Amino acid sequence: MNTLSALRSFGQWFAEFRQPGRGSSWLVGILLLVTLTMSAANLLLPADSPLYVSTYTITLMGKYLCFAMLAMAVDIIWGYCGILSLGHGAFFALGGYGMGMYLMRQIGDRGVYGNADLPDFMVFLNWQELPWFWFGMDQFWFAVLMALLVPGLLAFGFGWLAFRSRVTGVYLSIMTQALTYALMLAFFRNEMGFGGNNGLTDFKDILGFDLQADGTRVALLLATTLLLVLAFLSSRAIVQSRLGRVIVAVRDAEARARFLGYRTEHYKVWLFVYSALIAAVAGMLYVPQVGIINPGEFSPLNSIEVVVWVAVGGRGTLYGAIVGALLVNYAKTRFTALMPDAWLFALGALFVIVTVYLPRGLAGIFERFAVGMRREKHGEKSWRENSGQLSAGEVSA
Amino acid sequence: MKLKKFVAGLAFAAGTSVISSAVLAAETIKVGVLHSLSGTMAISETTLKDTVLMMVDEQNRKGGLLGKKLEAVVVDPASDWPLFAEKARELLTKDKVDVIFGCWTSVSRKSVLPVIEELNGLMFYPVQYEGEESSKNVFYTGASPNQQAIPAVDYLMSDLEVERWVLAGTDYVYPRTTNKILEAYLESKGVAKEDILVNYTPFGHSDWQSIVSDIKKFGSAGKKTAVVSTINGDANVPFYKELANQGVSSEDIPVVAFSVGEEELSGIDTGPLVGHLAAWNYFQGIDSEANEYFVQQWKKFIGDEKRVTNDPMEATYIGFNMWAKAVEKAGTTNVDAVEQAMIGIEFPNLTGGVAKMNKNHHLSKPVFIGEIQDNGQFEVVWATDDVVAGDAWSDFLPGSKDLIADWTAPIKCGNYNTESKACSGQAK
Amino acid sequence: MKFLLHSLWLVAALLLPAGSPLAQTPPTAPAVGELLQQIPNASLKKTGELVQQLEQAGGAEMRPLFEAMLAGELYAVKESDKLVAVTKDRAGRLVGREIFNDRKLAAFASRDLKKIRVNNRLRSQLRDAIARIDLLHGSEEQQHAAVLSILDDLSSQNMRLLRSAETAGASAQVQEVIALADAMVQLRDSRVLEERLAAIEIMSGRLEAPVRNQLQRLLNDDGEQEVAVKAAAQKALDKIAGRVEFYGQMEQLFFGLSLGSVLLLAAIGLAITFGVMGVINMAHGEMIMLGAYTTYVIQQLMPGAIEYSLLLAVPAAFLVSGGVGVLIERGVIRHLQGRPLETLLATFGLSLILQQAVRSIFSPLNMQVVTPGWMSGSLVINPVFSLTYNRLYILLFALAVFAALVAILKKSSLGLNVRAVSQNRDMAKAMGVRTELVDAMTFGLGSGIAGVAGVALSQLTNVGPNLGQSYIIDSFMVVVFGGVGNLLGTLVGGFSLGVANKFLEPATGAVLANIIVLVCLILFIQKRPKGLFPQRGRAAE
Repeated sequence: MNTLSALRSFGQWFAEFRQPGRGSSWLVGILLLVTLTMSAANLLLPADSPLYVSTYTITLMGKYLCFAMLAMAVDIIWGYCGILSLGHGAFFALGGYGMGMYLMRQIGDRGVYGNADLPDFMVFLNWQELPWFWFGMDQFWFAVLMALLVPGLLAFGFGWLAFRSRVTGVYLSIMTQALTYALMLAFFRNEMGFGGNNGLTDFKDILGFDLQADGTRVALLLATTLLLVLAFLSSRAIVQSRLGRVIVAVRDAEARARFLGYRTEHYKVWLFVYSALIAAVAGMLYVPQVGIINPGEFSPLNSIEVVVWVAVGGRGTLYGAIVGALLVNYAKTRFTALMPDAWLFALGALFVIVTVYLPRGLAGIFERFAVGMRREKHGEKSWRENSGQLSAGEVSA
Repeated sequence: MKLKKFVAGLAFAAGTSVISSAVLAAETIKVGVLHSLSGTMAISETTLKDTVLMMVDEQNRKGGLLGKKLEAVVVDPASDWPLFAEKARELLTKDKVDVIFGCWTSVSRKSVLPVIEELNGLMFYPVQYEGEESSKNVFYTGASPNQQAIPAVDYLMSDLEVERWVLAGTDYVYPRTTNKILEAYLESKGVAKEDILVNYTPFGHSDWQSIVSDIKKFGSAGKKTAVVSTINGDANVPFYKELANQGVSSEDIPVVAFSVGEEELSGIDTGPLVGHLAAWNYFQGIDSEANEYFVQQWKKFIGDEKRVTNDPMEATYIGFNMWAKAVEKAGTTNVDAVEQAMIGIEFPNLTGGVAKMNKNHHLSKPVFIGEIQDNGQFEVVWATDDVVAGDAWSDFLPGSKDLIADWTAPIKCGNYNTESKACSGQAK
Repeated sequence: MKFLLHSLWLVAALLLPAGSPLAQTPPTAPAVGELLQQIPNASLKKTGELVQQLEQAGGAEMRPLFEAMLAGELYAVKESDKLVAVTKDRAGRLVGREIFNDRKLAAFASRDLKKIRVNNRLRSQLRDAIARIDLLHGSEEQQHAAVLSILDDLSSQNMRLLRSAETAGASAQVQEVIALADAMVQLRDSRVLEERLAAIEIMSGRLEAPVRNQLQRLLNDDGEQEVAVKAAAQKALDKIAGRVEFYGQMEQLFFGLSLGSVLLLAAIGLAITFGVMGVINMAHGEMIMLGAYTTYVIQQLMPGAIEYSLLLAVPAAFLVSGGVGVLIERGVIRHLQGRPLETLLATFGLSLILQQAVRSIFSPLNMQVVTPGWMSGSLVINPVFSLTYNRLYILLFALAVFAALVAILKKSSLGLNVRAVSQNRDMAKAMGVRTELVDAMTFGLGSGIAGVAGVALSQLTNVGPNLGQSYIIDSFMVVVFGGVGNLLGTLVGGFSLGVANKFLEPATGAVLANIIVLVCLILFIQKRPKGLFPQRGRAAE
């Protein structure tokens, strides 16, 4: 069995998979199945069983899935609407800080200073009282609301200003990068009241459940999977709807869409906000699982890395973003353990190769096979035959 | 066909690796090394990884511990703080290491702390830090503020008759806390508020024109002025260059730094720095037999005659040797047993004298002030008469003046409030 | 301090003209030669005493010895304990010279020499001793500096020293400072109201720090009853404060321009690649880094000629960075014609590779780039206003680079081609312009300029693998702010951002200033997406 035929048969399977509606459900199924099995293996099996999944793996998986959600958020606006955001890490981190503040307040008087009103870092910096923006953050619902509202409003404000004055393309990318950079500098300041460089850490429990307990970790993983699936389904619904068609039209020929009477900036603003909200949710789920949030998450480098995950997986396909994020992050975990020096070479080369030779990422490779298979099967001629580039009308998820 | 072979090979490999690791696990004591080998902190932390590897080699040559060989497990947290927690978990649950040597920045330590405490691991932290912490599972072998900052200020006050103070630091928790402590300390010594200037800058700050000019103005008020610098890493070179260019010499306004050591100096043109000061518990230039041996051993191990040693390396050296002694004493690597055995352990410093592990998991060590020389080394100009015991909780901060750490029975608490006689932060 | 005053007194005694009752040579002063013998094996404390005795015994002749000691050039030959001054020559050899007559000696091996250790205390002692010698025997400039340093400590002994300098014949400039010192003493010691008011009159408007401090002390002194004196002092101080304020603003302006020149240097290469070619080069920062590393390599190759190394490094860095730029254009960017967002990603990947390559080749540690003598120190205009040479030269250098670039684009045939291709690629091609070659050349030019910027930056900041990263966002902001495709916009953008930053800094601190400027920029671009100087015409779309 040689590699080529393996790929061909994979492509055949893939052709099925790519049928809108039915195929994407596969991804949902796989995700749910894998995480459920892992959870069961962690909770039900004894630790010395060969099939036991360690808590370390559970946490790792949870982290990957958060990244996958972030990648999907970037893909919705980049792949479908042509807005390349180099600052999505900002929304992710803001969501994370919202959750972090809640978790910080949950510590209560179990901090090292035993101060029920102030988090530890405020005590040793001699803060006398809780800053106003920390009020209410001890309520879960309020914290979640804030963690969505703040990034949402930021995205709305930024998008409204930018898209209305028709800042597009490269300019927009640079602006988003400056935005996250400015936020990073701001959060590094200790005066801001977010713990400065150390960020927020040493969390104890969430909604009354001990964060260190295996059960809580598994529950967080399952929650992440569930929300990822939900976000995926709703995003798919959006891109397959009429709205989605307009969005793709904006990507491919914004001026033309505008002349046809669409208020393109409205579409862009709302999609941008939607994407920022998904990123914020990803951030919220990320923090309790990794146990720390600090301004490093705002670093422009992180945001650019997300773009690479999407590019590798294949932009303009929601599943591509998810697969890309999972693959690159897995590779990162493996690679950095084996040869830390080579990782940056590999990552850099990945950027170059994917952009120059694989503009549609892994999804592009699979689809080429898939299309070939389908054509073989049905003997039909594909309209896609000559186009290597993404084109209008291609909105399947 | 190929696939089958491949799978079979894979299975075989997996099987043997399981077996071999099982066999090894019985025969070796595993030492985890949690230092960044890539990213921004790699510059400093790689050195400490190599130091631990050297110590492991040395210990194995001496016959290991408890009749077993030591085995180092190195991971790379890549200067990424969440990754520190993840890798700590990996070390403790997958590799099942008996001890971890690791972390440099405070944020990495804070990130690792919950994991180590949850899984009851044992970690040695070798870098000077802001204090305000004492965990059952961590031993702090670097200096706390009263072992670096306060003696340095004492020296400036008594020997150089400094009356006006600039506290300049990078904006993160170590300088913030240290400066808070120093401000309180200086005020307790009768220094007026207007004679203290506090300034914070971001990481990697490179445009020091305005700040140096402010320092110059501050220092022209007719009173002897000194700068106490907690400026971190990369920002130091442009800072000292600007000082020299604006004509501020070490005789006029000396700068005493807590984060500038031999390693940092090896990458820069030391011309403009000559005469400025640093406070540490160790200098490479200190004459002693143990130190000479250590420096030679290090140069040989790393294969580079020009490599230097520094304070965090000595802290690693002391920590490692104390751990080895404690394991022998306890007769096991069990964390709880070793933790109790560690308290009271003594080990000779490289600079002479004996370091002792106290009940609060901090060391008693001597403090030195050195003047930077043009060859990138330090000339010791002042030393404490005796060792100084590290304080986990500063006496000069209102939040922590009543707190102590004592890990012996009956208190057994890292943050015991001597007023309320309670261990704060624990469920009642 | 006590010790210093005491020694001052002794020296004053020594140097005073004969006939003064103080002028008696201490009978126990040992001979100079004997004292010199002791230096190599003395402790730091003992060396201090020796220096004091040497000054008494040798007087002005000891100046070269003190100078060498202060500069850290004093060594002892191990075998003979003979003192020599040692410096490195162009080839990096240790060359010795006799201390007292400057005669050249043979080169030394470092193992034959022992360095005479000096610490801060000793250094300030040496500096004081040199100042005292200079006051009577130095050049006009040295005398001036010496008198200024005495303003800090107007003891009667020091005043006597000034008197003797005055009678020995001092220049008008020095006389003026001596008169100031007299006035300060007058104000302090005199009880006569008119004299004191006259003294304040002389002190009024002087920028020397001791003058300000004395007036301030007088105002704070509750024991001072004379209302008229206080009022005059307040007026004088206000006048001084006004002048200090003015020079403070000037200083801030200079700081701003200097920061602006750094931004301009970092951004100007980008203005070519991004502005003219439309390529988003995220590896631009790494081109700067390569330039800085080239400086390092050049200095390693010619350790004895540090003074000239920068002049050589400029063309070398241009070639290295430019060469890498051409390679990048040929290898990657060419394939991404017309897809600006993709060039962004690909060049970002390249920047990671370049950084890691530098880490692997040189080590992740920062490299040591030496600042040549002519770039150190500052141009002192008055006691509260001085311009540091390195910043000054870099400001001029940035302007020169800008002028050269404008000349290339406006006057040379390459410039003509570049403009033609950027305005209408197809038409240019139809006219026979080899667009591919022009692309490569343009990109090489932009990258080469970035390399040149790296040479300048190596003098200001760390030379390490992360050097470029810290400038990339700022560079993009400058270019976008100024208006893409407009070199003048980049110039104006760079300087205005620099100045805005520096004028905000005193009020807000460095970080907040940076954040405010960034946020304002973001808002500005939202309002005017094409920047300060928008490009007009066909090329704009």
